[in-house]
Amino acid sequence: MLKDITLGQFFPGDTIAHRLDPRAKLLLVVLFIVALFQARGWVAYGILTLVVAVCMRVSHISGKNIFKGLKPMIFIIALTGVLNIFYTDGTPILPGWIITWEGIARAIQMVLRIVLLITGTFLLTYTTSPIALTDGLELLLNPLKKLRFPVHEMTIMMSMALRFIPTLIEETDKIMSAQKARGADFETGSLMERAKALLPVLVPLFVSAFRRADELAVAMESRCYHGGEGRTRMKQLIFAGRDYIALALGILLLAGIIGLKKLGL
Amino acid sequence: MSEIIVEKLRHVYSAGTPFEVAAIEDIDLTIPQGQLVGVIGHTGSGKSTFIQHLNALLSPSSGKIYCGGQDINESKLSRRDVKHQVGLVFQYPEYQLFEETVYKDIAFGPKNMKLSQEEIDQRVREAAGFVGVEEELFEKSPLELSGGQKRRIAIAGVIAMRPGVLILDEPTAGLDPLGCRQILDNICAYREKTGATVILVSHNMDDVARIAQRIIVFSHGRVVMDGSAGEVFSRAEELIAIGLDVPRATALAMALKKQGMALPDGIYTHEQLLAAVLENRGAGTC
Repeated sequence: MLKDITLGQFFPGDTIAHRLDPRAKLLLVVLFIVALFQARGWVAYGILTLVVAVCMRVSHISGKNIFKGLKPMIFIIALTGVLNIFYTDGTPILPGWIITWEGIARAIQMVLRIVLLITGTFLLTYTTSPIALTDGLELLLNPLKKLRFPVHEMTIMMSMALRFIPTLIEETDKIMSAQKARGADFETGSLMERAKALLPVLVPLFVSAFRRADELAVAMESRCYHGGEGRTRMKQLIFAGRDYIALALGILLLAGIIGLKKLGL
Repeated sequence: MSEIIVEKLRHVYSAGTPFEVAAIEDIDLTIPQGQLVGVIGHTGSGKSTFIQHLNALLSPSSGKIYCGGQDINESKLSRRDVKHQVGLVFQYPEYQLFEETVYKDIAFGPKNMKLSQEEIDQRVREAAGFVGVEEELFEKSPLELSGGQKRRIAIAGVIAMRPGVLILDEPTAGLDPLGCRQILDNICAYREKTGATVILVSHNMDDVARIAQRIIVFSHGRVVMDGSAGEVFSRAEELIAIGLDVPRATALAMALKKQGMALPDGIYTHEQLLAAVLENRGAGTC
């Protein structure tokens, strides 16, 4: 039930996509998103869809897993599609109808854009462990340290939050089971009743989250954690040939899409 | 009345993903009303998955479970009813306390059963009595009590539903020896008074050996042994091989046998060991 949440889930593997440097992957996703928003014509959308399909293939991520991740977004995606169908001017598909050919085309493109956007970012989180991801982010944001931006603190908070999502989900599951065993009912009743029914879950969950936070702080301090100053890494991130090639391909993709936009394709 | 019959039970976690694992397989068991059953197994042996099937918290991937002749997964209603019949106390139950007062927390289960106010009051007092929680504590917040008291209140919260089958997952984990003994005594007292079936999951072999009439051993998702304490602990080497402990008396008996003392198999209490050693001395071999 709750365990099915795929948010930020990592599927371990040993493909080229898994081995890429997290910094390269982060930059690639940024390039991909920019390219996605530059796409205007069908040719550009076709190329981007193909790129995503190839990336899925290369990283051994099945369509089923992507679909599972898209599920919570289905409402937004459907709404975008419907609004675009009805609110675009152009030639009506039948005389007197509000629906236009342009509207249908736009709706398809918009839905495709959202789906590709989500899929692209999923490919990043599915193939990169949370630790590698935050490490990569910290190094990429390092220049901001000059502006006194607390990069290290921010990324350590992020990795801790990511680290504790599964723990808290598991804990929630356990508490829910225990209260269900005492006859608690989370599935029926009005909205108000259901909200109230969550109290027996939330109170113990908060109590344990605070306890955990305390224990974590003690554990970190007793291992002499004192912030980012002078801290070294066990796993150094090194840019390899494949990372440069991947980045070059990403830049090429963006340039190509912008070129297509100029050509109106 | 609430005899439990488990047929060909199998449960698979995360079916259809790379993380797929069969947690339990091929479980066939009958637990008659009133029996006190000990369930032992290493971490990840499937015993927790198994007990969560008995009150329909988990649904089997295949197989059936009957409680008092009723297929518990037949309908939504039967899945709810079985939770009233089969009380499950999770590991570290004190982490599930949430109400402002001890009284309200114990009353949570009976209240969910939609009982009358008097009935609830009667059951709360009765359950508190079983676990030895005094009425002075009723108006206190459960969060400000000691660990042992919290645990007893949490167990009372399940007992207050008057389950015909009481399942406890590691009820003594993390308690001091006195707390352990008290909780086990409370559980035995509940069973004697109500005739309930008790299923006790534990890592503590001495506890299990002392009170269980029957011991079921899980390993890698299957039942590998099922019998009386004497039968199970006479296969001490096998138990150790699958990563489990044996009662202290059994371990001592094994050590003595290695030294050449002729002792019978299946010793699991200190009394048995003492008797066997004395007999041995009478025979003059030592």
